[in-house]
Amino acid sequence: MRRLHLPLLILLLLGTGLGIFYYKVTALDMPLQPGAMADTWLVEARIRYQPTGGATDVRLRIPERLPNYARLDENFVSRGYGLTTSQARDDRIAQWTSREPRGEQTLYYRTTLYRDGGDRDDEDYPGPVAPREWEEPFDSAAGALVQHARERSSGIRSFATVLTRDLASGDANGNASLFVMDGGDRELRTQTLIDLLSVARIPARAVTVIPLREGQRNIEPETWLEVHDTERWVPIHPLDGSVDYPENVVVWSHGDSPLLDIDNGSDEELRFSVTRSVQDAVGTAQRLGETMDTRILDFSPLELPLGTQNTYRVLLMVPLGAMIIVLLRNVVGIQTFGTFMPVLIALSFRETQLLAGIILFTLIVSLGLAVRFYLEHLRLLLVPRLAAVVSVVIMLMLALSILAHHLGLERALALSLFPMVILAMTIERMSVVWEEHGPADAISQGVGSLIVAAAAYGLMASRQLEHLLFVFPELLLVILAVTLLLGRYTGYRLTELFRFGRMQDALRRND
Amino acid sequence: MAGWWPRFVRPSTLRRQGILGMNARNASYIAEHNPRRHYPRVDNKRLTKQLATEAGLAVPGLIGVIHSHHQLRRLADTLQEQTEGFVIKPAHGAAGDGILVVTGWRGERMRKASGRMLDSNGLQDHISGILSGMYSLGGRPDAALIEERVQFSEVFTEVAHTGVPDIRTVVYRGYPVMAMLRLPTQESDGKANLHQGAVGTGIDLASGATLGGVQHNQPIRVHPDTEASLVDLAIPGWDKLMELAAGCRELSGLGYLGVDVVIDRHRGPLILELNARPGLAIQIANGQGLQPRLQAVDERVAKVSDEPPASRAAWAAAHFGCVPVGLGPVPHERHDD
Repeated sequence: MRRLHLPLLILLLLGTGLGIFYYKVTALDMPLQPGAMADTWLVEARIRYQPTGGATDVRLRIPERLPNYARLDENFVSRGYGLTTSQARDDRIAQWTSREPRGEQTLYYRTTLYRDGGDRDDEDYPGPVAPREWEEPFDSAAGALVQHARERSSGIRSFATVLTRDLASGDANGNASLFVMDGGDRELRTQTLIDLLSVARIPARAVTVIPLREGQRNIEPETWLEVHDTERWVPIHPLDGSVDYPENVVVWSHGDSPLLDIDNGSDEELRFSVTRSVQDAVGTAQRLGETMDTRILDFSPLELPLGTQNTYRVLLMVPLGAMIIVLLRNVVGIQTFGTFMPVLIALSFRETQLLAGIILFTLIVSLGLAVRFYLEHLRLLLVPRLAAVVSVVIMLMLALSILAHHLGLERALALSLFPMVILAMTIERMSVVWEEHGPADAISQGVGSLIVAAAAYGLMASRQLEHLLFVFPELLLVILAVTLLLGRYTGYRLTELFRFGRMQDALRRND
Repeated sequence: MAGWWPRFVRPSTLRRQGILGMNARNASYIAEHNPRRHYPRVDNKRLTKQLATEAGLAVPGLIGVIHSHHQLRRLADTLQEQTEGFVIKPAHGAAGDGILVVTGWRGERMRKASGRMLDSNGLQDHISGILSGMYSLGGRPDAALIEERVQFSEVFTEVAHTGVPDIRTVVYRGYPVMAMLRLPTQESDGKANLHQGAVGTGIDLASGATLGGVQHNQPIRVHPDTEASLVDLAIPGWDKLMELAAGCRELSGLGYLGVDVVIDRHRGPLILELNARPGLAIQIANGQGLQPRLQAVDERVAKVSDEPPASRAAWAAAHFGCVPVGLGPVPHERHDD
């Protein structure tokens, strides 16, 4: 029985994992390829607040008409709340009400969008606006600015662009500088521009947009300026004056009133997260699953809130990386520093990309090593020395980030995602190996760690594998089974074939 | 051909030669025969020493144990009584790291084995490094042992002018199965680690005579530093050493064990330390695989259980000696080129 225990367990895991996988693929038609509809986005707004007592009233502005995007569906997650939506000029307002909520409250609004490229029917020209009243010296400065911009423009659109650029560069006879006390704040700048445009009687408004960035968990809404050129609303970037939205940007609400407004609540927080969604491709499968009354899909990570989903997309890749480590250490025989250090390094390579990641890692470890050798002379105790190495590593990371920023290497900024404590431990262990077993050993183990990290990254960065593990988490059982199987591998390691290969001369001696 | 040149050998060849691999060692021998609860007995050298003394096995004499920094202040003065020198080692050290050998005094200063001088500040720094866990696994605070220095047997003067020559014996289920003499060289910087360039020589378990050495996986017949012959060096007190090694099974409770022994000029073989995860290089030094011998022991234990250490050692000497039937180097391997 004891002999059969492990094989049976492995077979059980393999059977369960592959069985569920097979069922989901054949019977439920779950997609094996990622992003069947690549331009489908799931946008989630999460509201959190603390009720301060009494009936609360939460109002969130939600989109009504979206240029370039169509809304596939939307839903509201709010247990114990009454929900109404109402029209508010260009947007809608979702209003949640509750008599007496207790404890921290979380509400969600989710909508699925896809890019259809078509502009919605445009609103009519609202007519010229009344100029804003200014005090001196603003009044004459505004007049001069507007006059100066008008001389260099041919229409409403170019006028607004020129004016925005004037403010951005802050020149134009110093008149602009009176209006740019906002320090580059988009919202304030937009308001200033609306006011200035009103001097030329041009209708303008502020809009709040959400940039759609794959897998982002905390997206800052951005403010844009829209100017009506008598035919349509033209979006203008309030800081650099560029016209029209970039590719993946969705207009969320119009006007300058806040997105979120809460009665009898405090500490409110509004967060947006976006995923390039498999929801839609998987959606049909899920509907099918419902009609077949299967419980399997209740355990899918696709049911989780978006922010959590994005975390699990990464987490579900870790067992795969760990299995690669087992393979490379026990079957190939590569020596590494720390057992799972390469997985953590590989995770940070996801942000930096491979080449930059390897260069940065090598750079930090070698600089850290140099510092560590210097610290050796000071004869510090172990824990203070480790703490010193951690501090030095963080300072090195900061210095490299600043340097990279000045050189315009934005990719290198992802450096901050390196696990610095792990780096410090790596430096410490490497220096100990260096001293006790010589530089050859230390460098070969360091290179070994990098090779393993690169291999783990190669697999963990694959969108296909990520999709498979995320949509079919039961494949983790298969990974577990393979890991258990490798756990009983008692054959030779690949490196041993070379190690004992070299001793063949010695073996012959006694013949 | 150069020794570091990669040379590939088929797994089937290694299997025929009976070479034990790392995974097989870990899964089939260490995991199987070494209960984790007994590890402290070998990882803590102080405990090993105590257990060995209780069991009547010979170990280097203990001068003292240092647990805390305040014991350091007057240490140099007390140690001046040790005119023959002394050895300081971490209780939880591994692979010979952190061991300081002082061979004698010159006034206020100590002479290290390497010939360099050391003052009492240097000594305190070294010990406080040990106490803060510089050499212990995971950096846990440690204690420092002060031992009497072993007076090496004259046999080794020709082949070990630097460092500590020791004899590593692998003991499986109480039977010594293979042994090698490890000779530090200048290249290995006084350390007895084959990987760093120390010389390993296989030992005939029957007679205790060396079989010729290996350095960097290449056979050599003379010591690289002194040119002294490495063949047929007779290790004094060999039978006693075999019994000592066999007796470590009861003392440690471990079934797969490395026993490191030094030979003292006056006291004979002394247990230096035990190792729960002995390396595989011993196969290279002996030019033989461990696997057939381990299997022979398994068969023996299946037939005869509860043999006393002395008869286990005698059985091992008789069966794993130089010309045993069927256990020599594998003959067909000549055709492999």
